[in-house]
Amino acid sequence: MNEALTPPEAQRAPSRSAGMPAGHRSGLSDRAVAWLFVAPTIALLLAINIFPLLWNIYLSFTNYKANAPHRPLRWLGLRNYERVLSNEDIWSSMQVTAHFVFWSILLQVLLGFSLAWLLNRRFRGSAFWTTVIVIPMMLSPAVVGVFWSYLFQPQAGIFNYIVNFFHDFGKFTMIGDPDLAPWAIVLVDTWMWTPFVMLICLAGLRAIPEYLYEAAEVDGASSWRQFWTITVPLVLPFLMLAVLFRAIENFKMFDMVVELTSGGPGSATELASIYLKREAFEKWRTGYSAALAVILFVTVFGVANIYVKLLNRVKQR
Amino acid sequence: MTAADRPRSIVEPRPFSRRLAAVVIVVYALVSAIPLLWIVATSFKTPEDAIAYPPKVFFTPSLEGYVNLFTARTRQTPEYLASLPPPETWYEELVRKRHMVITGPSRFAGRYLNSVIIGFGSTFFAVFLGTLAAYAFSRFRIPLADDLLFFILSTRMFPPVAVAIPIYLMYRKLGLTDSHLGMIILYTAVNLSLSVWLLKGFIDEIPKEYEEAAMVDGYTRLQAFRKVVLPQAAAGIAATAIFCLIFAWNEYAFALLLTSGLAQTAPPFIPNIIGEGGLDWPAVAAGTTLFLLPVMIFTIILRRHLLRGITFGALRR
Amino acid sequence: MRRTSMTAIVVALGLTAGTAHAESLTLCWAAWDPANALTELSKDFTAETGIEMKYEFVPWTSFADRFLNELNSQGKLCDLMIGDSQWLGLAAENGHYVKLNDFFEKEGIDINDFLPATVYNYSTWPKGTPNYWALPAMGDALAWVYRKDWFERPEIREAFKKEYGRELEPPKTWSELIEIAKFFTGREIDGKVRYGVAIYTERGSEGITMGVTSALYPWGFRYQDPDKPYHMEGYVNSPEAVEALEAYKELYECCTPPGHSDAYMVANLDAYKSGQVAMQMNWFAFFPGILKDEQVGKVSGFFVNPRQNEEASVLGGQGISVVSYSDKKDLALQYIKWFARPEVQKKWWALGGYSCHRAVLEDPEFPKTAPFAADFLKAMSHVRDFWQEPEYAELLQAMQRRIHDYVVADKGTAKEALDKLIQDWTEIFEDAGKL
Repeated sequence: MNEALTPPEAQRAPSRSAGMPAGHRSGLSDRAVAWLFVAPTIALLLAINIFPLLWNIYLSFTNYKANAPHRPLRWLGLRNYERVLSNEDIWSSMQVTAHFVFWSILLQVLLGFSLAWLLNRRFRGSAFWTTVIVIPMMLSPAVVGVFWSYLFQPQAGIFNYIVNFFHDFGKFTMIGDPDLAPWAIVLVDTWMWTPFVMLICLAGLRAIPEYLYEAAEVDGASSWRQFWTITVPLVLPFLMLAVLFRAIENFKMFDMVVELTSGGPGSATELASIYLKREAFEKWRTGYSAALAVILFVTVFGVANIYVKLLNRVKQR
Repeated sequence: MTAADRPRSIVEPRPFSRRLAAVVIVVYALVSAIPLLWIVATSFKTPEDAIAYPPKVFFTPSLEGYVNLFTARTRQTPEYLASLPPPETWYEELVRKRHMVITGPSRFAGRYLNSVIIGFGSTFFAVFLGTLAAYAFSRFRIPLADDLLFFILSTRMFPPVAVAIPIYLMYRKLGLTDSHLGMIILYTAVNLSLSVWLLKGFIDEIPKEYEEAAMVDGYTRLQAFRKVVLPQAAAGIAATAIFCLIFAWNEYAFALLLTSGLAQTAPPFIPNIIGEGGLDWPAVAAGTTLFLLPVMIFTIILRRHLLRGITFGALRR
Repeated sequence: MRRTSMTAIVVALGLTAGTAHAESLTLCWAAWDPANALTELSKDFTAETGIEMKYEFVPWTSFADRFLNELNSQGKLCDLMIGDSQWLGLAAENGHYVKLNDFFEKEGIDINDFLPATVYNYSTWPKGTPNYWALPAMGDALAWVYRKDWFERPEIREAFKKEYGRELEPPKTWSELIEIAKFFTGREIDGKVRYGVAIYTERGSEGITMGVTSALYPWGFRYQDPDKPYHMEGYVNSPEAVEALEAYKELYECCTPPGHSDAYMVANLDAYKSGQVAMQMNWFAFFPGILKDEQVGKVSGFFVNPRQNEEASVLGGQGISVVSYSDKKDLALQYIKWFARPEVQKKWWALGGYSCHRAVLEDPEFPKTAPFAADFLKAMSHVRDFWQEPEYAELLQAMQRRIHDYVVADKGTAKEALDKLIQDWTEIFEDAGKL
């Protein structure tokens, strides 16, 4: 380690042995460095995130349409927000989103945790199989959507083929049936992201110190009891974090579902983002969709805030 | 008490339960891998085999999918084909068999290259700026640090479609639509939130004493950063870089809405590869496979860093 | 740091690569058979003028999205655009297309050389006024293809006659169409179960609207009160409209192959070519390709959209326009001048493009040039189009949603769907200040 610390001759401070206090060295001061290091990031985030957000908020009060920029701009006050909140299509879209988020996370948590639990047994070759399981989450969600639409084809796709192999359900269409399509998107998302939850739970499981279990064993606790009093509470913060990440991502979900079902059939899988895209980039109702975007953001932000406070409390326990 | 009678603890699983765990994991891994294997297999099928009913598990492989992916072709009459000189290359021969002629390269290579440029470019900047900012947050007392950090995290909560609305307008005014620069800036900004967060976690783990010792020895803050902190943070930087790259590589919504002929990346392109009737599934599968390869190779090589990266996200907050 | 310089070099190379060329034009259209024909045809243009033609073809399902986005971002990718007929309103009012009146006058191009229906639909905005924003390029309408060979088999003809009491012929009315579709559905022919029809049900862009209007129009559907523009109550949800919509849903539920819930042009082609269905609805644009197909070319027949209460077909087709953001408007206009020539139009038809020029269409030999030529003329004589208003995209999206919800996703009744549609459309017109 110490070889790396040989100071360059040319930059030797005036009195090396006297232990000069900071600030008397040559070079930039700490404050300058701090500014230099943080400024570009903050500037970029302001430009790409904050300024557009403010612009979005401004637009949400107008009747601006991005495909008719020369139309006279009218101030609408809260009219766009009223419209958004009273629009039953939007509520149905939020319902679809809630169904998707709830079920996909539930399945991913159950599966992910179970897989992590099993992987924690540490058997031979577990690293290899872990890598295999992890590959789906490396793919582009849009590309995943399109090739699952191929797999779900009732005639040429292997999904029906394999399912009918076990029990003949006849000719069903996962993505063409308004009752099945919402489950199709849950299934594909679970396939993709269970490994993510699994990895986080695995980290959590591995972080549990062994002496806790040994102590419990000495006390004569059964493995069932150990599981509930040691494992679960200590993995819970990790699990909650995984849920937070996944919930935020799935609330924003767009690519995979657009390529898989186009939000159809009808509007059976029209998630909030898909609805937003249609309003903003197909109908070009910029002001209206800006209002919706603001509402969506405030919702996520608010819920995430509450959740993170909850998570911090769980961590401290 | 013999070893067999001791109350079972979760810490030392019995060989049986290990084997059971292994079986379940392997089964899950295989089932989860079937869609992927099927897609790779499809990339080697002929278009007829790809839509055969029932799906063909055994088939004669063909490189048509890959040829179709990289070439633009037109159908010609048999008379015209007979009048042409014999095909010079193996792929021209394949295409002629279908009564078609290659008219030039397809857009795929260009889109792939765009993905490389924009993906690696934005990853580089996100990691570079992120490391600087993370270091500053870690070592210096920045005013409102916690709020700033939460603000940085919250930028990840916007649905991309919502962010795209004002960015679209902004880029239109600045002439940045459909430009590599515009997309690199955007992806860098989006990745910054993740990279600052992750890197702060990694840098927090590096004891301050090392650089303080260096500075006492006469290094400036910047030199200490460069020579002491960076090498130790290398693993964390690698993990962060992987995540940033995966996001930028796989991103779809911004690419769809903000790019067109010049800067479009592969994800919006692949689901739209049309053959003679419908999507050219072997070509789509070929594009998927080729697009997946770099990320998969990265993941396999750097899988240990990946685990650390995810867990650091978990342990931090 | 090496990565930045590498990136910079690659980016610089990429950006400069485009500038060192001979003259070239980029034409933007949809990726389908006629586009290939146009590529072939345009080789003559390059031979004559030395201007290289480059193309940006996008599949229909993303065509409107991609190119409307392009126009709205004032992109310079396209010099020439063969945009959909419904874009005329928004393109004209937002300044996306170059107005061609002066150019036509200067070059002596007489717009009346083109079929009046095509001029009205593909070129003028406001509708019917002498303001030309495009040259009619591709005439098109929705029609039907059927398996002539199955229709001619004695055992099938007998079975049909027994069941319906009349001969098995291409249907003259929609009711007949539905009967024939039901007849073929579930019937085993050559060892495989077949289905009646492949119809449009696509949700994402415009599929199901195009499909359903091919039923609505023959039933007598009207978009609005002829005396009171934009007043739709009683017209959009008239009893005939409800009947037509219910008929379309019936056709979807009884007689389409499984999984046909998001089908547009190519899905229908697939279903037909693979022998799944006896009839398909599709654009005339595909018919030359169907005739040349190895599997079904020799056994296919065509019929125009059947009538019900009146004769009507759904209008397709596009005009070719010059994009006002292009840097090469002069070259683009040269292309248009070349394209408007009668000889070029004749070759366009011969290669598979649907010319709108009267020299081609009014030639007495025209109906004999292809099995579907006569049907095409008939269709063009009674075509009707969707709204071409500047708000067309919103109007279309609303209809896509309501119709797909009812026909495919089983929500509510036909009348409710149409009532909701009127609500949506009224809101759109109010926003636009038209109501």
